[in-house]
Amino acid sequence: MTLLEEPIRELSRRLRAGEVSAVELTQEALARADQVDAALGAFLRLTPALALEAAAAADRRLRDDSGEAPILCGIPVAYKDVLCTKGVETTAGSQILRGFVPPYSATVVDRLTALGVVPLGKLNCDEFAMGSSNENSAYQVTRNPWDPERVAGGSSGGSAVAVAARLACATLGSDTGGSIRLPASFTGVVGVKPTYGRVSRYGLIAFASSLDQIGPLAKTVEDAALVLTAIAGQDPRDSTSVMAPVEGFLGELRKGVKGLRLGIPREYLEVGLDPGVRAVFERSVKTLEGTGAVIKEVSLPTTEYALSAYYVIAPAEVSSNLARMDGVRFGPGFPEAETLRDAYEHSRHDGFGAEVRRRVTLGTYALSSGYYDAYYLNAQKVRTLVAQDFDRAFAEVDAIISPTAPTAAFRLGERTADPMAMYATDILTLPANLAGISGVSVPAGFAQGLPVGLQVLGPYLGEATCLRVAQSLESEVELWNKLPPLALAAP
Amino acid sequence: MSPEAQSPWEAVIGLEVHAQLLTKSKMFCGCRADYLGLPPNTNTCPVCLGLPGALPVINAEGIRLTLRTALALNCEIPEFTKFDRKNYFYPDLPKGYQISQYDLPLSLNGGLEFEADGKAVRGGITRVHLEEDTGTLHHAGEIQNSAFSLVDLNRAGVPLMEIVGEPDLRSPAEARAYLVALRQLLIYIGVNDGNMEEGSLRCDANISLRPAGADALGVKVEIKNMNSFRSVLRALEYETVRQREVLDSGGTLSQETRGWSELEQRTVSQRSKEEAQEYRYFPEPDLPPLLISRAQVEAVRAGLPELPAARRGRFQSQYGLADEQALLLTARPADSQYFEEVVSRGVTPQLAANWQLGDLQGLCNAANQEVEKCRISPKALAELLQMVQSQEVTGKVAKEVLARAFETGASPAEMIRDQGLGQVSDVDEIGALVDRVLVDKAKAASDFQAGNDRALDSLVGAVMAMSKGRAKAEIVNRLFRERLPRPGG
Repeated sequence: MTLLEEPIRELSRRLRAGEVSAVELTQEALARADQVDAALGAFLRLTPALALEAAAAADRRLRDDSGEAPILCGIPVAYKDVLCTKGVETTAGSQILRGFVPPYSATVVDRLTALGVVPLGKLNCDEFAMGSSNENSAYQVTRNPWDPERVAGGSSGGSAVAVAARLACATLGSDTGGSIRLPASFTGVVGVKPTYGRVSRYGLIAFASSLDQIGPLAKTVEDAALVLTAIAGQDPRDSTSVMAPVEGFLGELRKGVKGLRLGIPREYLEVGLDPGVRAVFERSVKTLEGTGAVIKEVSLPTTEYALSAYYVIAPAEVSSNLARMDGVRFGPGFPEAETLRDAYEHSRHDGFGAEVRRRVTLGTYALSSGYYDAYYLNAQKVRTLVAQDFDRAFAEVDAIISPTAPTAAFRLGERTADPMAMYATDILTLPANLAGISGVSVPAGFAQGLPVGLQVLGPYLGEATCLRVAQSLESEVELWNKLPPLALAAP
Repeated sequence: MSPEAQSPWEAVIGLEVHAQLLTKSKMFCGCRADYLGLPPNTNTCPVCLGLPGALPVINAEGIRLTLRTALALNCEIPEFTKFDRKNYFYPDLPKGYQISQYDLPLSLNGGLEFEADGKAVRGGITRVHLEEDTGTLHHAGEIQNSAFSLVDLNRAGVPLMEIVGEPDLRSPAEARAYLVALRQLLIYIGVNDGNMEEGSLRCDANISLRPAGADALGVKVEIKNMNSFRSVLRALEYETVRQREVLDSGGTLSQETRGWSELEQRTVSQRSKEEAQEYRYFPEPDLPPLLISRAQVEAVRAGLPELPAARRGRFQSQYGLADEQALLLTARPADSQYFEEVVSRGVTPQLAANWQLGDLQGLCNAANQEVEKCRISPKALAELLQMVQSQEVTGKVAKEVLARAFETGASPAEMIRDQGLGQVSDVDEIGALVDRVLVDKAKAASDFQAGNDRALDSLVGAVMAMSKGRAKAEIVNRLFRERLPRPGG
């Protein structure tokens, strides 16, 4: 039994009561990372000195503030490596950013730091968050703690595994097409993809700016809600962050789902669901219905075009966002180059992995004159239709439920040779990014011993409803404290 | 012979002007917009360095100054506008794209009225949009063979307004006059400092030739790298001749970009149409579109100062100045302000104009100084000119005092009082001098009495010399006439 198995509220109580110090808790977390993570590969780098320094400061604060310290004070967390951390190398899982030490921290990191969290280190991810399995990291593969021969899901695989294996109390990830919800589903943790604009993107190394959103991964819905409350809210440094009050995530959590109308999108059940996943979903529906939810069928007719639109829009933005990685400031450079063009081509070819190069190429093509209207413009039209689908559905229901992914975690290497199969992994998650709405993945059950998540989608700024539904399921299925085999490997 | 036959080709010219805005901070971050003279890469932050994760935030003052320009150029201001990314690779562009505006600019369809060769011309304005400036590169020697290049990002992100002109200009001289008028306007409305040498105002030109009277346009050549009025004129003159020679000899022109070489005084091909850049514009996802309210437009319009042409007209009607003087006194806002302050202190407009454009401007030119920065304040000039008006000092003495005060910074009026340089009108004091001259120049006195008018000039001159020019000439004249009565006079 490790202290890291405790929910944040209980851990915080112990810290305040002096039953354990933040330094002791941090030492335990760092020791666990050393022992457990070698087999998992969740962390790209640990920051023990920073962590212990923050823990000591948290202990002083816990002592001096006589019980008034923030609930996250002294709680060990970790960040996906796409989040800039001042003074700590940040690579986004890419060779081209090897050695990049940002002179500033992301707004979310600053906000959590101000509350006294303990930063354990940086978490592995697919290169620039492009991938669904964490196999695209330039540095290492992150393994699934439920079965080390299976993927953790991506791109926030490290963030999910760190929580699943109880290496950190909560982590931050980023979700552009499902990158928080998918690994949350694959590893049996809670993952929140907030409404676009709910959380500041300042300091998030951009994948696709109009789709990216930072969110928490945690053991319990309440833990996720606590972290979301801390990081959400308008930021003057991100013009796309929205001016909306950040309340009610926690207050409405335990209101239950009695009378709540939950929609099941017909099209989401027609994507070739794994039978085990379908069975878990059907049980979840029954469970929620049993606690008073009203289940309705809804239609999201544009679903079949969403994947194509996504794979035009996201690469288009990637091709531009990654242009700064040109060998002048970032990347190894290419001193032997005869021409500037030569230098750019070599730096970028050598600095980026195959999947990143594929998407940069796709996006460059889609934005080129003569192709812009056929690809980018049409994709934007589909995007509008996807959003309208959701608007219509949310006129009839309070939230939408579906499996988070068509399958449970697949085997390492199973889809690396087939990009289209890999892209299809996100079919149920990416429409929410196109529409900019909120979503949560919550553990719902197991299929052949592997975790399966339920996705709850809410309307724009509808996080409170999503979390409320997720909490209801969590309370009924009681899976949150079930540990994966590899988390138990520690002495 | 018809004029067409004399000159079969007509030049069609349009200018693209880039103007850095006089905002305090850069367009999308808090760094200073005034970057000149700072050590390299010190005026930077994560945003303008283009560090991963950094995001732009729109500088509202940049929007306001662009709207101000657009309204001064009679442009339409659409209610909806947005920023786009212009993607290309170059080491002075840290993000690999420039935040600019593509299909929905802040303003469009305006015009600039100006004079060229005494004739009124209107140059259409296609659009005025906003973008960010790039950094600067410092090559070790010439770019072609330098061992390395250094990047300085102090300038990166400075607000840059692009004013795209219609191809309405018909000669290099007309293009120059357009640019002069546009620069004057930008300085008037306080959006740009007009410094072409430092590059805060930059100009590119498109030029083609077509048979005079034809409607269709010829093959267009873009000319870059002209950093003075003179180089704009020279480059366009050179290019006109070059294109005419190609066409006259039966050749064809190719669409291309050419650079003006100041050293060689010619244009040099830089890039052909086939090598044209593919910018892959798309909407900037990090910035929400902007809705420009009509109230905002009207507020900016209400804050517009008097524009050069209106002020020139007013100076003629209100102050009764000649066209040339009105033109000179409205060349720069500082000139007009100086003049109006002198006049507001009770100096007649004509006297104020004569002195400001005459003696004071002469002194300023010799010292290579601008009038508003010289040591003669409008107040000091007004005090001096009031003494001239009330004949407390002679014009001659006033000029000398002004020249000395220009050097020392002393008050001319105080100099006159302290050094007793004021005009003498005391009859007894002047009478004593007159009496002495009558003794010294008895011959001239009798000549005058005998009817020689010119003898009086010599007598008066002698008194003026003795009084060092201070004696009031009228009194001197009167006293001589009283003391030397002519028979029957």
